[in-house]
Amino acid sequence: MAPRKSERILNLTICLLASRRFVTREQIREVVEGYRGLSDGAFERTFERDKDELRALGVPIETGSNSPLFDDEVGYRIRRTDFELPPIELDADEAAVVALAAQSWQQARMASSAQSAWAKLRAAGVETDTARITTMSPTVVAREGAFEPLWQAVLNRSVVRFEYRRPSGETSRRTLQPWGVTSSRGRWYVVGHDVDRDAPRMFKMSRILDQPEVVAGPDAFEVPADVDVRALSRSLDPAPATGEAVVAVRADRAPRLRRRGEPVDHPLPAGTPDGFAAYRVGYADEGAFVADVASFGPDVLVLEPAAVRRRVVDHLAGAARALAGAGERA
Amino acid sequence: MSSSVQVQRLLALVPYLLSHDGADLAETAREFGVTPKQLRADLSVLYMCGLPGLMPGDLIEIDLDAVDGAGTIHLTNADYLARPLRFTADEVLGLVLGLRSVRELAAGPVRRTIDSALAKLEAVAGAGQEVAERVTVSVQSADDRIRDQVATAIDSGRRLRLVYDTPERTTEREVDPARVSLRDGVAYLEAFDLGRDDWRTFRLDRIASAEPTGTPAADHGPLPPPAEGWLQALSGPARVTLELRPGAAWVAEYHPVERVETDPATGHLHATLPVTDPGWLRALLLQLADEVRVLDPAGAADEARQAAEQALALYRQLGLGSDT
Repeated sequence: MAPRKSERILNLTICLLASRRFVTREQIREVVEGYRGLSDGAFERTFERDKDELRALGVPIETGSNSPLFDDEVGYRIRRTDFELPPIELDADEAAVVALAAQSWQQARMASSAQSAWAKLRAAGVETDTARITTMSPTVVAREGAFEPLWQAVLNRSVVRFEYRRPSGETSRRTLQPWGVTSSRGRWYVVGHDVDRDAPRMFKMSRILDQPEVVAGPDAFEVPADVDVRALSRSLDPAPATGEAVVAVRADRAPRLRRRGEPVDHPLPAGTPDGFAAYRVGYADEGAFVADVASFGPDVLVLEPAAVRRRVVDHLAGAARALAGAGERA
Repeated sequence: MSSSVQVQRLLALVPYLLSHDGADLAETAREFGVTPKQLRADLSVLYMCGLPGLMPGDLIEIDLDAVDGAGTIHLTNADYLARPLRFTADEVLGLVLGLRSVRELAAGPVRRTIDSALAKLEAVAGAGQEVAERVTVSVQSADDRIRDQVATAIDSGRRLRLVYDTPERTTEREVDPARVSLRDGVAYLEAFDLGRDDWRTFRLDRIASAEPTGTPAADHGPLPPPAEGWLQALSGPARVTLELRPGAAWVAEYHPVERVETDPATGHLHATLPVTDPGWLRALLLQLADEVRVLDPAGAADEARQAAEQALALYRQLGLGSDT
């Protein structure tokens, strides 16, 4: 039963924490309520499980011997300096932003970890008025099913294997030493060493088709000291412009395009309706630019270069044809 | 309730109660994110714990009469648990990632507060510190200047004139700003829009300028509760079902999709999407062109087709058609 188990584990913690000396298994069995009365085998199993559980919570259980002469008599203790949270003082403003951050998680495991961290800070004497910040309402999400297993694998350095779908649609089995995770605009990515390709790779978690499976670990690899996850995740930023076009934009329209361009003094063809103005706009991928310009319909016209303009006209003609069949099932 | 979650909480509860003598049961439960009933059960567990031997003087002392009567907690005789346990990596990262996210929508003074809090947390982070270097968050937000102007206006209760870019056009709005929020990695301003006489949500990255009008903001009552996420926010009645050919398959991943299935005959995806803004659908269809068909409802493609025809007519009229 859970309460009994909690009692036993807490009593074990207090026993190991209160003793300066290593406490032997026999002594533990004798003095900790909950172990007494167990058979030898049951005691061994229960004690091992309890130790594992405490270590998983981050309780540092040290193994050693009190006497250099009888070092076969192994005992356990918890060193206070390893156990206790070092002093931390947050002023009221700092405490308020930490409280806000702790409450922001919408992912179950992270929400519970953040809550538990906050409880420790409160227990360490951090005081705040939790209703202090009402003008910010942050939420942090991680809906991807692969998030939790990958997060765990990053924390304990386990090698994982999963089925990954590339943007082209083809799927492949990938084996990864996960170094870190990164979130961009609410979507999560894992960065690591792709074992089969022997190179750093980044994977979008929403394209992972199954639950990542741990194939080695924990502590199955070392993260190279010079890994810069921030730099690796920079490929998520927009690519630098390689091409340039001059477009005519109707007044106030297509702000996304106007804001990234600059007004230019370019002659507009005779008969251009009032309100149009010319802008020079850079782009990284011509095909994507053509589709983007077309999405604004009659509000944006490509003037130069002629090749891009012809592609936009063809794209629009294709749209007009495809959309004429609207409502009919293929 | 798993025992390890309970043990984790108990190890924080004891130092908290030692330093908050007479703590209120309900308030403490709130602090620890549990029900008062669960907290009462936690106290029953602690009541049975103490130094080895568990003789009367060894046990943790809790005044259970005061707990069940006045709802106040007095816990003593547990000085060996005066400090909480160190952070686990998970705990540190929960706070650090949360703070880094909040930082992306905060204005100058709050950013500095966050930076000093992060530095203090890193100093006690232990093993989590090393992993913290390998997790990053970036959010779609505004530049520092816009964030500062918006935050100043919220804090001082002043009205703002926004130059705001909708996907289709640049607009001017007069708003009374109330709160900045973060949802799905995008930062928003929630404000009362005077022109529309209602609360509106503005994407921070689409605010081109935000200048005070010189007028104090009016009282519009409490903000409506924040939307839970895209699915709830977009649960309007309009829906469209599209056939997505290979070049458009990314749409099913990129946009919130309510249902998606593969047509066994063609291998194309059939995706149903919510439509809150007809302009958004028109732009999407024009962008996808020949890679998309509208399956349902009839007429949903009309606006996009007309826009394509108007654009083609304009190119021809100006002598810019494909034959030039």
